[in-house]
Amino acid sequence: MPVTRGFFRRRPDGPAGRLPPGQYDVGGNWPVLTAEATPRIDRESWTLGVDGLVDRPTTWTWDEVQQLPGSTYRGDIHCVTTWSKFDVVFGGVSVDSLLQAVGPQAEAGFVMAHSTTGYTTNLPLADVTGGKAWVVWEYDGRPLTPEHGGPVRLLVPHLYFWKSAKWISRLELTAEDRPGFWEQNGYHDRGDPWLEQRYQGDP
Amino acid sequence: MSGDESFEPGGTGATAWTTGRIITKDLPAPHLVRLRMHIEDRQRHWPGQHYLIRLRAPDDYTAQRSYSVASDDSDPLVEFLVERLPGGEVSEFLADVAEVGDVLELRGPIGRWFRWDTQTPAVCLVGGTGVVPAVAMLRAARHLGRSDLLRVMAVGRSPEELPYAEELAQAGAAIAFTRHPTSDRPAGPPTEAEITPLLAGADVAYVCGSARFAEFAENLLVESGMGAEAIRVERFGVTG
Repeated sequence: MPVTRGFFRRRPDGPAGRLPPGQYDVGGNWPVLTAEATPRIDRESWTLGVDGLVDRPTTWTWDEVQQLPGSTYRGDIHCVTTWSKFDVVFGGVSVDSLLQAVGPQAEAGFVMAHSTTGYTTNLPLADVTGGKAWVVWEYDGRPLTPEHGGPVRLLVPHLYFWKSAKWISRLELTAEDRPGFWEQNGYHDRGDPWLEQRYQGDP
Repeated sequence: MSGDESFEPGGTGATAWTTGRIITKDLPAPHLVRLRMHIEDRQRHWPGQHYLIRLRAPDDYTAQRSYSVASDDSDPLVEFLVERLPGGEVSEFLADVAEVGDVLELRGPIGRWFRWDTQTPAVCLVGGTGVVPAVAMLRAARHLGRSDLLRVMAVGRSPEELPYAEELAQAGAAIAFTRHPTSDRPAGPPTEAEITPLLAGADVAYVCGSARFAEFAENLLVESGMGAEAIRVERFGVTG
């Protein structure tokens, strides 16, 4: 592709090796990008179900999910709209802990994350196991706010942030991969920021 | 949640990078730039969809942002209206440096959620440069002779600061100025009494604007009787 006449790099690269291609460091901001109206979810009535191809389908209430072993993510997040945010801290529970409780069956290869709004996003099971994914309710030591997915959202920070479904209510384990909301709407099925898997048709 | 799939970019939803030439450029206001571009290998688009514009520096550094399309599919050119954000590396370039004849990298159309199928009765509640997708919808409706399907409420601080104010008014959109009284209404945000009549028969609502505007608009629509599940939102944040 041709060089754009008159355009020169203005932004710094960010910390070495931490800015994926086509991304920029958003600094202290945290842009809100949502396709639907922000729901008002009461913690007391919120539940999280993990079901599908599992031995023990389980539903946790707010109080019950707090009893699971806590887990924190410190690191970077990357949005497909080209911002990255460094050194964020989220608190919640590892998806590994949830899966340990339900017992995934051998044929389970994928997860569909469902939100209370009807939003969905699909992930290979391998992308949410092995310490790579969390269900979180704290950001920077404070309760996660509704516009950022509170009370509880999914966090899969090694993939573009649309995979980190806000207002998470259900993880459904499946044998087959089905496209979720943005995946049906033109976005990539996996969304690895280091491979720039933004849209359908990307590698 | 998927809509009418009667035509899709590339048939599969896949889009590739192409190039486009700036045919006209003007600054309708000091903070706004309007570009009309001829796009190579252009694909058809729905009103509400957007394109990516990518700039490439001599050292191969790139910056890309997404911009809503203001034109409808029948227009031989693709029109963008971009707000010049202070420090915005792409928007400042487009406003200050780009000239007629320049070639930019583009990819699109993108987005199968925030788009209007040109058949479903719809209402738009849009603010500031968030009017752009509503302009595309109004142009498409007029081209198809179906202006009856679409109602628009556009919100801006003043006539000078609301993009496409004249075109919106001529197309029959309701307009609310938050800081500019007119003979019809005092300055202020739109009210439930103003929105409710626009909702009759609308099966989908489109909200586009800043994060703060979008939150206001979502609440107003729900309070005015629109089902939350029928509201589609496009917010823009601090990217520039």
